[in-house]
Amino acid sequence: MSDITQGQLPPGGIRESDAYRARLSRRHAADRRLRIYGIGAIVVALGLLVILFVSLILSGASAFVQTHIRLDLEISAEHVSPDDPFKGNFRAIVREAMLERFPEVSSRADQRALFELVSSGAQYMARDRVVSDPDLIGQRISMVFPAADPIDQLNKGAIDRNTPEGQRRVSDKQIAWYDTLQAEGRVSTPFNWALFFSADSRFPELAGLAGAITGSAYALLVCFVLSFPIGIAAAIYLEEFAPKNRWTDLVEVNINNLAAVPSIVFGLLGLAVFLNFFGLPRSAPLVGGMVLALMTLPTIIIAARAALKSVPPSIREAALGVGASRHQAMMHHVLPLAMPGILTGTIIGMAQALGETAPLLLIGMNAFITAPPGGIFDPSTALPTQIFIWADSPERGFVSRTSAGILVLLGFLVFMNAIAVYLRKRFTQRW
Amino acid sequence: MLLIVLLAILAISTAGYWLGRAHAVTAKSGGADYLHSLPSYHGTFVALWAGLPSFVLVLMWLALQGPVIDDLLLRSLPDGFIGDADAGRLNLILSEIKSVSRGQIFAAPAPEIVAAAERYNRWGQIAQWAMLACAAALALVLMAASRKRISAKFRARNQVEKIISGLMIFSSLVAILTTAGIVLSLFFESLQFFNRVPWFEFFFGLSWEPQIPIRADQIAGAGAFGAVPVFTGTLLVAFIAMMVAGPVGLLSAIYLAEYADHRVHATVKPLLEILAGIPTVVYGFFAVLIVAPAMRQAGEFLGIPVAPNSALAAGAVMGIMIIPFVSSFSDDALNAVPRAMRDGSYALGATQAETIKSVLLPAALPGIVGGLLLAVSRAIGETMIVVMAAGLIAKLTANPLEGVTTVTVQIVTLLIGDTEFDSPKTLAAFALGLVLFVATLSLNVLALHIVRKYREQYE
Repeated sequence: MSDITQGQLPPGGIRESDAYRARLSRRHAADRRLRIYGIGAIVVALGLLVILFVSLILSGASAFVQTHIRLDLEISAEHVSPDDPFKGNFRAIVREAMLERFPEVSSRADQRALFELVSSGAQYMARDRVVSDPDLIGQRISMVFPAADPIDQLNKGAIDRNTPEGQRRVSDKQIAWYDTLQAEGRVSTPFNWALFFSADSRFPELAGLAGAITGSAYALLVCFVLSFPIGIAAAIYLEEFAPKNRWTDLVEVNINNLAAVPSIVFGLLGLAVFLNFFGLPRSAPLVGGMVLALMTLPTIIIAARAALKSVPPSIREAALGVGASRHQAMMHHVLPLAMPGILTGTIIGMAQALGETAPLLLIGMNAFITAPPGGIFDPSTALPTQIFIWADSPERGFVSRTSAGILVLLGFLVFMNAIAVYLRKRFTQRW
Repeated sequence: MLLIVLLAILAISTAGYWLGRAHAVTAKSGGADYLHSLPSYHGTFVALWAGLPSFVLVLMWLALQGPVIDDLLLRSLPDGFIGDADAGRLNLILSEIKSVSRGQIFAAPAPEIVAAAERYNRWGQIAQWAMLACAAALALVLMAASRKRISAKFRARNQVEKIISGLMIFSSLVAILTTAGIVLSLFFESLQFFNRVPWFEFFFGLSWEPQIPIRADQIAGAGAFGAVPVFTGTLLVAFIAMMVAGPVGLLSAIYLAEYADHRVHATVKPLLEILAGIPTVVYGFFAVLIVAPAMRQAGEFLGIPVAPNSALAAGAVMGIMIIPFVSSFSDDALNAVPRAMRDGSYALGATQAETIKSVLLPAALPGIVGGLLLAVSRAIGETMIVVMAAGLIAKLTANPLEGVTTVTVQIVTLLIGDTEFDSPKTLAAFALGLVLFVATLSLNVLALHIVRKYREQYE
């Protein structure tokens, strides 16, 4: 400024002065820097998202296939009596089939190592097959059994043959037997249907998500049956009928705050009230669904109120004008128009409820249960709690199964959110 | 059985609908000039009267049946059998009776127990049938009574609307009841806890060892309930999370709100929000599987010992989770600054960066601070990430490379498995829950207050 007043301008005016140029380029550099920091922050955040997904997919993909070994079983009447095939000694049958293939294995320790190739669930699979078809007794049948977890990991390349024998979970002998079976074409790696159709197990090769998926489905059903009608009714009342006074203000503030209460506090509520006070069964999807319903309720109420608010008043007024009661105007005209918005909010709330873990831990839905629940009163796990249980298990096979479980959970979430987005796109009206 | 009862009520209620409707139609054809309400309202009136009260009856029955039978069962035991057993012993007797009644017999139970188990099964059966009978009878009686009221002039629509209004008011009260339930259950269990452990020890004690001996001869710590290390651990993890989420969230919000064109904004924002939609158990596993081992290796490389369950790993992953909270609140706050302020700054020749730093950020500060406070509240209440990735041992330290524990981790570990409601160990979890609830609630109220005040400023 002083330059101007003193009349010492450079020939081209103020824009030509070196000080000005330096200052301007410094200021523009600062601007570029901020822009780069912003892009950097977004790249970091999205990069972390990509790392998260890629690492889950890399670690989980191998759990979608499972190594199987084909064995020829001699269902001898000596081990299985035709009168009561259920009580047959199928363990011996499976072991004989292994020994028949490797007759040279003689020492007890070696035999035990040999038997460890095949999952310990093999005998029950053989039993179930023979029980369902008793004519097999006395025959020779070929059955495919899941391989035990270490062999599965070996086949998938997760166990490195070059590591010293003491540091890996399969011995050199087991690798040699496995290679023999492989060379004979007895080893196959089909899609792992057990992941979806078996319940939990201590053995990774037998463990599946069936129990967890059923449990989550029951819990979500209870959650939906409770929170959807109650949420809509509350939203209609607060939006359309409630007088504006301190009491309704309190209800409103309360709903907003409830949406921000940590989920674990709802677990404490469920434990103290539903389990301890009302004596409802532990680990039951009923209680899980009730707790989730309380958590989802604020989401649904807030979404439903927004949807009701977006219906223009002219619809309401037209209905009232031709003589409808306020209830009729609401139920016959406003509510149907607001329904897509309400459904979108409900599905998003349900998706949140599906991923919720902490409250379910407190009401005991993290139990070890080996059969899918038969109803909402049976003890059960849920998808996220099953993931938590598997993540805590030390066996190597559970690492990939945990990731696979997470991928299944994320698949459900993506599906639900896609429906919500579709509903919003398809039915949203601009008035 | 419950299903049968509910189906029976539903059937009676449906029958009531058609009866009421038919009655109204005959009333009209029977000479009345006009019906006050449509026939379907008459039907609904009867259906609601037949269905609702008996449904409520069933719910109350279910809630009360268990405690009543338990009480009767204990009274029915022979006099000398119970003696002066306390509440815990009575519970044991009850659960033994129940497991015998389910056929789970481990040792030879006392004959009194076997007899009681038989009684328990029989009474359970009787109660079920009595419930069915009572519910059906109530539904039928009310159906008949309400059908009697129907006539051409009967204001069925107003009656139905009154009932539905009542149901809607009740629904809106559920939220209040939930809050009341949370506050009361936390408060009363905490009160019991503070009866056993003095409150100043809980709030100011420096040692947290809740593993108290269950039997007298068991070797375990004496049990110390000084929660300060738990609180500091929580704050440390939340601080680390904010160190990650604060800068990343704020900078990405600045870029999205001020630099990015519409297309970039519309793609990047939903992508960032995916981070908030991923279940927390997934983040927990991510922390255990990838982040914690990576940090350990980095520590080994640099020669610094890093605990496998370091606060840094848990906090960093939690930070990733709350990036979208910070960024979307800051984005909203920046967008809410009036256009005129931005234009005024540009008109004076300021660059975008200068406008952001000297005009927009100060103007949006309350909104941003409100968002940050909400994110802190989210970080404090977050459970699964820390349960899986943070430690269990309460250590009073500010070193992010060591393992610390948090309030939520302690609540979960104290309550997982079988819980007895009379040990200080269980009750301590409720005291921690009360602290957590009060802390997050105050943060939320404060944040919403700041945000709202700021919004009013520009409206």
